[in-house]
Amino acid sequence: MIILGIWLLFMVFPLYWMILTSLKPKNDIFKFPLEYLPERISFENYANIFAISKFHVYIGNSLLVSLLSAFIVLIIAILSSYVLARFTFRGSRQIMNGFFLTQMIPMFIGFGPLYSIMSQLNLLNKQGSLVLMYSVLLIPFCTLMLKGFFQRIPSSLEEAAMIDGCSRLGGLIRIILPVMKPGISATFIFAFVQNWNELFLAIMFIDREEAKTIPVAMNSFITKFDIDWGAMSAATVLSVIPTMILFALCQRLIVQGLTDGAVKG
Amino acid sequence: MNNADVRKPRLSRTAAFILFCLLPALIPVVVLTYFPIFKGIIMAFQNYSLFNLNDIRFIGFDNFKTVLQDPNLPTIMQNTVLWVFISLILQFAIGFVLSLLLYQKFPGRGVYQGLIYYSWAMSGFLIGIIWRWMFNGQIGVINDLLLKMGLISERIGFLSDPKWAMFSVIVANIWYGVAFFAIMLTAAMQSIPEELFEAADMDGANGLQKMLHVIIPYILPTIITTTALRVIWIFNFPDIIYAMTNGGPANSTHILSTFMLDKIVFGGDYGLAGAIGVISIVLLLLYTLFYLFATKASKAGDF
Repeated sequence: MIILGIWLLFMVFPLYWMILTSLKPKNDIFKFPLEYLPERISFENYANIFAISKFHVYIGNSLLVSLLSAFIVLIIAILSSYVLARFTFRGSRQIMNGFFLTQMIPMFIGFGPLYSIMSQLNLLNKQGSLVLMYSVLLIPFCTLMLKGFFQRIPSSLEEAAMIDGCSRLGGLIRIILPVMKPGISATFIFAFVQNWNELFLAIMFIDREEAKTIPVAMNSFITKFDIDWGAMSAATVLSVIPTMILFALCQRLIVQGLTDGAVKG
Repeated sequence: MNNADVRKPRLSRTAAFILFCLLPALIPVVVLTYFPIFKGIIMAFQNYSLFNLNDIRFIGFDNFKTVLQDPNLPTIMQNTVLWVFISLILQFAIGFVLSLLLYQKFPGRGVYQGLIYYSWAMSGFLIGIIWRWMFNGQIGVINDLLLKMGLISERIGFLSDPKWAMFSVIVANIWYGVAFFAIMLTAAMQSIPEELFEAADMDGANGLQKMLHVIIPYILPTIITTTALRVIWIFNFPDIIYAMTNGGPANSTHILSTFMLDKIVFGGDYGLAGAIGVISIVLLLLYTLFYLFATKASKAGDF
């Protein structure tokens, strides 16, 4: 119990400290001795990040990119994982290995060529580049993850539907997907969180203010100003809210999804 | 089960269905993952810089020579090893102890789990920012706490002193990664059949014996798979270091992946980055082979 308590403090304190800093008026942040409980609460840091930057635009961009690519990857991965879970055919093993291999190779090695591809597609500085790449990068892992869920559902279920005259795709959509809801939500949330957090591709591809996602914008907070810690902590708090809400709502789903899909795959 | 269908000379309905489902996944992955990686490997043998695109040519192993002769390379390699293995060992050890404790039911367990797992939903970049602020040399809260507890007598420049910088980024990485092991190991433990414990009880096993003879053997495949995967992920994870120190001060926190990032995103030298990438791939491959050999592939999870 003592160990659990100490670890809880260690885990919770950083987020507490960030929230506390974001709510302190500017002068209190640099005041000695440090305040561990708020004496005066102020929202000036939050007002500030909207005043000095287009933070609402970044939030919109991040939402758009993350949701759209999570949807795209989900549709593609449902199809591919269903096939890989239900059929064994020449090359199926190799496809699985090929997908697994993408998790091992440092993706940075492909960044240079990707930059050229995006510039040829005229997608630099557009959110389209991120939607495209985020979807593609998550296909392998989400396929492996969903495959685990499909394997837990007996194939007799859709075979019964097919005997009743349903097509295979129809059986997948009408019979299997409703049963798979937990797995699908877990995969969707996983994809959303990954996209929401991605930084380096976004730094590479996006430099235009109007197209920046939150991580890119926060990265430029570092380089532009000698970090304004009040604004920075406010931005941090705002940018973790969506993932925190999702995580709190669906923690059990994610945990189950990851253990079924990724590890027992 | 449908092997026969696929081998028919004419495209059967099943084969057509398989293709219809797989191609939307395969084509993008080949075009936008494997092709760029392949090209990146080729660039490792080219003079390929974003700032001198008129002079692209093959230069053999020159990029590799440049990387291998970099005076900072010994430090970078040493940092990479420290970063990967100290993080891994502590993340695993703490995660394992936590999941053993969480294996018992107690009131509030769900909330507790949520609070110790949440770091895992955050980005490495944000985690880096948070710890950069807490480790700040002048007004950082960690210095303040240590001073209050009397553990230090003057402030430490955690991120500005090369002696402390590596320690600091590893602390942040442990904070981030324990949740992964706690999640995975707890889930694995929860799938242990009750009968195994009942049998152990009948044999009069105590807690430690149960752990050694029931829990560990049962979750061994999960342990092997998660630690194997984790090494690769930590190795390829520059985010926290990038946000906290960006490899500084004086290269004291550069690891291979931040070094590569530095060359590519900020230096535009795809050739050099490619060479670092190839070196990374070779090291990871050697590690994987060694690991599979050492743990006997058959015991690992089926991936």
